[in-house]
Amino acid sequence: MSLITITGLKKHYTSGSDVVEALRGVDIGIEAGEFITIMGQSGSGKSTLLSVLGGMNHPTVGEVEMAGVQLYQLPGEKLADFRAQKLGFVFQSFHLIPYLTAIENVMLPLAIVTMSSAAQKKAAGDALDLVGLGAKLDRLPNQLSGGEQERVAIARAIVNNPQILLADEPTGNLDSKTSADVMNLFRRLNDAGQTVVMVTHNPENGAYSDRTIHLKDGMVEMQN
Amino acid sequence: MKLHTISLNNLKRRKAKMAFLTIGLTVGIATIVTLVTLTRSMSSDIERKMDEFGANILITPRSNGLSMNYGGISLGGVTFDQREIREEDLLKIKTIANGKNISAVAPKVLGGVTVAGHDVLLVGVNFASELKMKQWWKIFGDAPTGDRDVLLGSDASRVLNAGPGDTIPIKGESFKVSGVLDQTGSQDDALVFANLSRAQKLLGKEGKITLAEVAALCSGCPIGDMVTQIAEKLPDARVSAIQQVVEGRLKALDQFKRFSYAMAGVVVFIGSLIVFVTMMGSVNERTVEIGVFRAIGFRKSHIMRIILLEAALVSLLAGLSGYGIGMGGAALTLPFMAESRNAHLVWDMTVACGSVGLAVTLGLLASLYPALHASKMDPTEALRAL
Repeated sequence: MSLITITGLKKHYTSGSDVVEALRGVDIGIEAGEFITIMGQSGSGKSTLLSVLGGMNHPTVGEVEMAGVQLYQLPGEKLADFRAQKLGFVFQSFHLIPYLTAIENVMLPLAIVTMSSAAQKKAAGDALDLVGLGAKLDRLPNQLSGGEQERVAIARAIVNNPQILLADEPTGNLDSKTSADVMNLFRRLNDAGQTVVMVTHNPENGAYSDRTIHLKDGMVEMQN
Repeated sequence: MKLHTISLNNLKRRKAKMAFLTIGLTVGIATIVTLVTLTRSMSSDIERKMDEFGANILITPRSNGLSMNYGGISLGGVTFDQREIREEDLLKIKTIANGKNISAVAPKVLGGVTVAGHDVLLVGVNFASELKMKQWWKIFGDAPTGDRDVLLGSDASRVLNAGPGDTIPIKGESFKVSGVLDQTGSQDDALVFANLSRAQKLLGKEGKITLAEVAALCSGCPIGDMVTQIAEKLPDARVSAIQQVVEGRLKALDQFKRFSYAMAGVVVFIGSLIVFVTMMGSVNERTVEIGVFRAIGFRKSHIMRIILLEAALVSLLAGLSGYGIGMGGAALTLPFMAESRNAHLVWDMTVACGSVGLAVTLGLLASLYPALHASKMDPTEALRAL
């Protein structure tokens, strides 16, 4: 049974009298431990698909089942709890909180779970060690390079041991060498058993994944 | 890492904005504290003066008479069945149930005499108790000490053409004018004050008094009850409460109080607006940040707690500093506002707790909508902003 099953997914946006069909019937299955890249041109619906997968964008039609849970049938704030427990996010522009240090940024997802400060620090320290930033725990984001900020963002996404790691254009703001470092990091995480779903427009990044899903005009064009 | 870590760090980062918010709220709270404390201190000052000096009960002989007096113009009166109060009767006043509330008793004997061809009203008083009660008297010369010293009202001094050090004859006896009263604007201006026992002899009313003024400690004491108790002890006397002066002062204070509350209302409104606008601006600036919080699993209630905690911390600081500054302002202003120079500043825990409580409540209420707005932000919109 797939870790993620997307069935008949449609997402329409309404702007005045115009209706934009961002997703027009997507069916995808993702197994636990897979590394998936979603590619497509701008406007193909890949970011919409990622936000739906992230439990932040209710589909117009269709179902998303994740870890045995019908995501959009969760009541009230249970969806937020699901995100906190099962998902990790890496954003394109890192979006670290500027007034928190690297370790505080990584501890952010732990602020809403019952865990002692010592345990939080240990978990965040381990995550930063894993991404190679164990020596820069107390740096503020503006004291880190772009690649380092990206790695802090990845550490923040994995600190709560999520079942699924979602990444939106994680190398979009990085040079090629740093991009390669970051992609290698994703690869290592996946090798350790982490399921990764990444949206990218860079074909080179596809080489690091197990499977690439190509979207075009809101539909799956091909998978390889 | 706890939610309050986020709030505290954000406050540290946005120092200028939070300082503006704190100052705005502090000014509002300080204004309210100053006005409330001034009003309370002035109230307390008036009450204290009433306690110490003011006569608030008048004892006169009972009679079946009708006053013929209107607007200060007296056309005499029709008096019959006039009874008398004897001086020793006044000792009974201290024996009433509320005797401990009696601060002073000032007996007086009145009678018409002719001085240098002018008819004047001679008032025999006990100068010690009279001067204690009438602190507003300003005497040119000296206060009378001997039983042949007299004190003239300002009009009496002018008409009799006598001043401090002069001698005036009353019923064949000569009296030394020890002092002259500064104009009081009251009936005292036309009177000649003499020693009580000497005046009783001159007027042929030994042991009798015409009226007595009683000063009762009236801060919370039952004046009405005391009037009844004295009337029971002195059946031949008419006992009434003098309230006009006090009521006049309290009325003026009441107007100031109402003005203060109106001002406080305006200040509270402006303070709320400042908090609302600043917090709303802060929330809008943090759209992306709030989006990230929501994306990583923060509940709406977590977002609200972060925003409201920031508001509560700023408001608490503003409440404390506003109370301090407000009390300082009241201390500086009180000498110019109070009727006496030695008016005491009232330090009241209710004002202290109230000002801090008001600041926090105001801050939280005004931040409620911005916090709700933040909590309802769609994480997808934030992601799109990413």
